[in-house]
Amino acid sequence: MAQMSRRLLLFTGAAAGGGFLLGLHLEALPRVLAATAEGSQTDFAPNAFIRIGKDGRITLIMNQVEMGQGTYTSMPMLIAEELEVGLDQVHLEHAPANDKLYANPIFGDQETGGSTSVRAFYEPLRRAGATARTMLVAAAAETWGVDTASCRARRGVVTHTPTGRKLSYGALAEKAAKLPVPAQVALKDPKDFKLIGTPARRLDTPAKVNGEAEYGIDVRLPGMKIATVAASPVVGGKLVSLDDSKATAIRGVRQIVRLDDAVAVVADHMWAAKQGLAALDIRWDDGEHGKINTADVVEGLAVAAQMPGVVVRNDGDAPAVLAGATNKLESVYEVPFLAHATMEPMNCTVRLSADRCEIWTGTQVITRAQGGAARVTGLPRDKVEVHNYYLGGGFGRRLEFDIVSQAVRIAQQVDGPVKVIWTREEDIQHDVYRPYYYDSMAAALNAQGQPVAWMHRIVGPSIIARYLPAAFKNGIDIDGVDGAVQLLYDIPAIRVEYVRHEEPVLNTGFWRGVGVTHNNFVIESFVDELAAAAKQDPAAFRRALLRKSPRATAVLDIVTQASGWGKPLPEGRGRGVSVLFSEWGSYLAQVAEVSVSKAGEVRVHRVVCAVDCGTVVNPDTVKAQIEGGIVFGISGALWGGVTLKNGRIEQSNFHDVRVMRINETPAIEVHLVRSLEAPGGIGEPGTAVTAAAVSNAVFAATGRRIRKLPLETQLRAA
Amino acid sequence: MVTLKINDKSHTVDASPDMPLLWVLRDLLGMNGTKFGCGVALCGACTVHLDGIPRRSCVMPVSAAAGHSITTIEGVGATAAGKRVQQAWLDLEVIQCGYCQSGQIMAAAALLAKIPAPTDTDIDQALSGNICRCGTYPRIREAIKQAARKPATAKKEG
Repeated sequence: MAQMSRRLLLFTGAAAGGGFLLGLHLEALPRVLAATAEGSQTDFAPNAFIRIGKDGRITLIMNQVEMGQGTYTSMPMLIAEELEVGLDQVHLEHAPANDKLYANPIFGDQETGGSTSVRAFYEPLRRAGATARTMLVAAAAETWGVDTASCRARRGVVTHTPTGRKLSYGALAEKAAKLPVPAQVALKDPKDFKLIGTPARRLDTPAKVNGEAEYGIDVRLPGMKIATVAASPVVGGKLVSLDDSKATAIRGVRQIVRLDDAVAVVADHMWAAKQGLAALDIRWDDGEHGKINTADVVEGLAVAAQMPGVVVRNDGDAPAVLAGATNKLESVYEVPFLAHATMEPMNCTVRLSADRCEIWTGTQVITRAQGGAARVTGLPRDKVEVHNYYLGGGFGRRLEFDIVSQAVRIAQQVDGPVKVIWTREEDIQHDVYRPYYYDSMAAALNAQGQPVAWMHRIVGPSIIARYLPAAFKNGIDIDGVDGAVQLLYDIPAIRVEYVRHEEPVLNTGFWRGVGVTHNNFVIESFVDELAAAAKQDPAAFRRALLRKSPRATAVLDIVTQASGWGKPLPEGRGRGVSVLFSEWGSYLAQVAEVSVSKAGEVRVHRVVCAVDCGTVVNPDTVKAQIEGGIVFGISGALWGGVTLKNGRIEQSNFHDVRVMRINETPAIEVHLVRSLEAPGGIGEPGTAVTAAAVSNAVFAATGRRIRKLPLETQLRAA
Repeated sequence: MVTLKINDKSHTVDASPDMPLLWVLRDLLGMNGTKFGCGVALCGACTVHLDGIPRRSCVMPVSAAAGHSITTIEGVGATAAGKRVQQAWLDLEVIQCGYCQSGQIMAAAALLAKIPAPTDTDIDQALSGNICRCGTYPRIREAIKQAARKPATAKKEG
């Protein structure tokens, strides 16, 4: 099984253009990097991540963006650990767009997503720090005419141990900048870590408690106008006609911009822009998708599910075992389109001139955003400068740069800088949604109730084919099958198939976990069905099947013990369990405890989650990500789902896009396993492992097996 | 012209009476700490205090705010409850993306100013209007309780 995951990982990396090219960007381009980092020539900038001024100011350049997941603390921890500086000594700067310097080796471009930051940069950033420290120590040793081995660096100061002489990094910066960059540097033994593995205060939060932190939406430029947009309610629709006479009469409205698929009201402030938008009389041609409803999408998926898919994993001969089985289970699972609803609505600020385009926004993909602006304007990439900001939530939504392209198109018609802000309604109705997936499951049990065959056919569109076409090979969406292909359960015959079926109308994309989030719900629900059919305890049933995976068994044991699994519960309550392993490399198990009202309302009382994500950089951040991921996952499981009617999304704001609130939030316990294994992802797994645990708990509480999300819609439809 | 008292300072702005306070703060006064989330008082990101009472500035006409004492996230640290809440938010590492947290902190500060030792039910009632997509709710609850336990250190209650 471990082999399977490694294969997938390597496949991902190779396909995405390079695999884990650890250190390539640091070692191959040292002088380029030094020249590129902003600052005076006497600053010490041995690589693209570190700049030390003569004044002693230590600046770390953040290539992985901060959207809440804690990268602006974990990435500095990796550098500071080896650089031998305290986190209290560093200043952070958002990195500019530059794939050569800052590409995420897992994707091949400058991208923050897929729970990859620590996995991808655990070694490169430590090496960046160690390289700088080695050079600073060398500069000190040269100054004193002593052996480097007799010098030690600590808290930004190099000390000659025998004599006690000291030089600060600032004093050494100019000299260190002239030294050759070493090709090889020694990294610390993990037992000597002072920062990695120890809870560190987040570096981004002091500015987030007093309103100082700047998000993309907070950008202000001299002479800037504010615009808000109505795009065609149906993807592919076109503007037919527009009566803007009422809008232009509104005080503060300056201009109405017509695009072929959208209208923007440009104004002195957002209030005028919003009023102007509401006063427009717009006629759209819906195009070919104006009659599509959700049921049409599901019908297409159901038809596609009748066809065999591309085989992604094939152990034994599952179809043959199933054909000859007497005790056989078959189920179909469906999960809906999901909107992201990041708290910060989509926005982008643009200043455009004939030979230059400047962008201010919060994006997970700064170089893709740059490329998008370059395509719209026809300018070369180096004439497009993107300034990144804190992201008011990402969750995959800001892996898309549709807002940037649109804002640039608007800016082409506006004199001076313009900030484009979507209303919440525009945000909900023009998202890039988590796809609707449709899964066919089949399994056979032997006389002892043990599964002897497992068949999983995943049907849905391919995000990877659009997003990372080089990684879409042999008809397999590596993300769509993630979490299914690595199935840890020891079953002699396993077949996993993928059927690519592109859905009409909506743009679909990544949503916190995407493939794994959907697959884990399906797999862990179906395993629960098998346990029930075998008349076995769901946790014990899983434990027996996890005999070849000690790390998965360990997290399962933690949650069963900590949750009081098997102990009596008040009337009407039930517990459900789920286990997760995927390309993220992290092992999770979860127990949720729920009750269901007669009206079908689900109350999640308690969630216990155990996480083995290998080496941990900032333990409290891992816990926070799991806690938040669970809340995000419950929102999706209970209420998540947007629907189509006549090609349009029917929902529009938080009254009908229901998300969890504090009064509905369960008690959450997160248990971290101490481990020296390679770091695994943590941004998404908490979400991915949650829906099945909650749904299985609903089954335990009510006897109702829900095979289609969101849960409450199904429970109410009873 | 409308004159507003914000964080103990007087501001005069040229705004139509129906313009929501949110956009006056953000787009006319450049006070960006108060956030736009939904525009219809469903998410709480835009919460400010009007005479100490939490209000959704996205639906509050500026004319209704004139003549009252307005406190925003930029000024809430000058109040005893606000300062304690901000500190507890940092101590317990409540924040993730942080976009909703201005509103959460304003709601929590108003709660503590009114109820010094809130129960879970008090917390639910006071903060159920504030959405956090990062899911920081368990820590928000704990941080409010911690702030309630800590003695006031700032000069005045607000």
